Amino acid sequence: MTESETEIIMGERGISTFEAFRATLKRDLLVAFKGRNELLNPLMFFFIVVSLFPIGITPDREVLTEIAVGVLWVSALLASLLSLDNLYRSDYEDGSLELLLLSPHSLYFMTLAKILSHWLVSGLPLVLLSPLLGYMLALPTEAYWTMIVTLLLGTPILSLLGSIGVALTVSLGSRGLILAMIILPMSVPILIAGTLAVGSVMDGNPVGGHIAIMGAMLAVAASLAPLASAAALRISVN
Amino acid sequence: MPSEVNQNTQNMLSARQLFCERDDRVLFDSLDFDLAEGEVLQVQGGNGSGKTTLLRIICGLHDSFEGAISWYGDPIEKQRELFYSSLLYMGHRVGVNKILSPLENLRWSCSMHGSTTPTQIESALAQLGLRGYENSPCHMLSAGQQQRVSLARLLISPAKLWVLDEPFTTLDAHGVKDLENLLANHVDNGGSVLVTTHHKLNVSSGIHYLKLDDVGHD
Repeated sequence: MTESETEIIMGERGISTFEAFRATLKRDLLVAFKGRNELLNPLMFFFIVVSLFPIGITPDREVLTEIAVGVLWVSALLASLLSLDNLYRSDYEDGSLELLLLSPHSLYFMTLAKILSHWLVSGLPLVLLSPLLGYMLALPTEAYWTMIVTLLLGTPILSLLGSIGVALTVSLGSRGLILAMIILPMSVPILIAGTLAVGSVMDGNPVGGHIAIMGAMLAVAASLAPLASAAALRISVN
Repeated sequence: MPSEVNQNTQNMLSARQLFCERDDRVLFDSLDFDLAEGEVLQVQGGNGSGKTTLLRIICGLHDSFEGAISWYGDPIEKQRELFYSSLLYMGHRVGVNKILSPLENLRWSCSMHGSTTPTQIESALAQLGLRGYENSPCHMLSAGQQQRVSLARLLISPAKLWVLDEPFTTLDAHGVKDLENLLANHVDNGGSVLVTTHHKLNVSSGIHYLKLDDVGHD
């Protein structure tokens, strides 16, 4: 039924950029869900790293409360870094990236679709898991919402910045540390804003300003990162 | 600019004075060619003579070159989107994701160029001998079958210009025949093909050759 409906609506064969955006998003989500192991990797990594801290440092609640936010943010950063390679590498290797570059649609929206899909399968699960890990690290109750909101704003920025780094390095044979060296310095402002926001709510101060700054960072990253990624991809396939 | 500029609007694609150098080695210099509707241009040359690079330059995947490429008389870089909506490219890496099934792969790659229905994709796959494999993950398929998945795009896409880089490599005798029929059909319908292959093409009409070997080496 729906198929024939779309056939009627799409009298001519051309499709809008929005449709192409949706098709790319759907495809990437499908790839992610079909390769389940890769899907769970960043989440498991996040969980394991965070749970090492109480064991490695001290199970003392006061100390844990002090370091909780930092630990959560740094682990989220590393987990996101771990999953970034999936963003363009397999597409580069099997040639799908070339098809994407040669599509008549704006590469800006195509990379945005891929980044959104990456965040949905790697960033969002971290945000959802974070309250549990916050509990493990004795995060004070009043800080939970701030932590979730800042992670919700911060993890998409990590995916967006990461996309630039991966796009630049996708054609290199041995990437090793170079990806981390490109992305981690760029991620420092997010790390600072995120930990400051949660820190200030724990001190009883207002957090509106910090969250607004993160929102602004997200807006800037969302508008510029796909552009930079698209340009970097064109260079990488050269 | 060359002295005689071909004003014939039937010329779909023309290249003038193409020059490309790679690692201090000139691949080709002052290379000119035209491709009209309903024509096949077979690029010939030994390994490493720059066939793939030429194809990638035409598609805009490689930009370290000099010279002018035009699409229906206008410079290509001014009308990328228009050009890309009429272009179908198949490279060495065929663009088939190993995790996805042929159906899912084609649904995405064809959707980039226009709306498609699952029936259309299924019949294209069946026509290329992949009936029954529609839903198996592509890593279960052989290299030749993956190539066929990518070739199914030729049946679905409305593109007028096909740019095919060594499309015959992994195909069996039957596949070669299928592809030749596809090419012949496309040409009969006014489409054009830019192809590199060492295979002797069995297409009846409008085939031209571009030899790269003697262009670059002085």
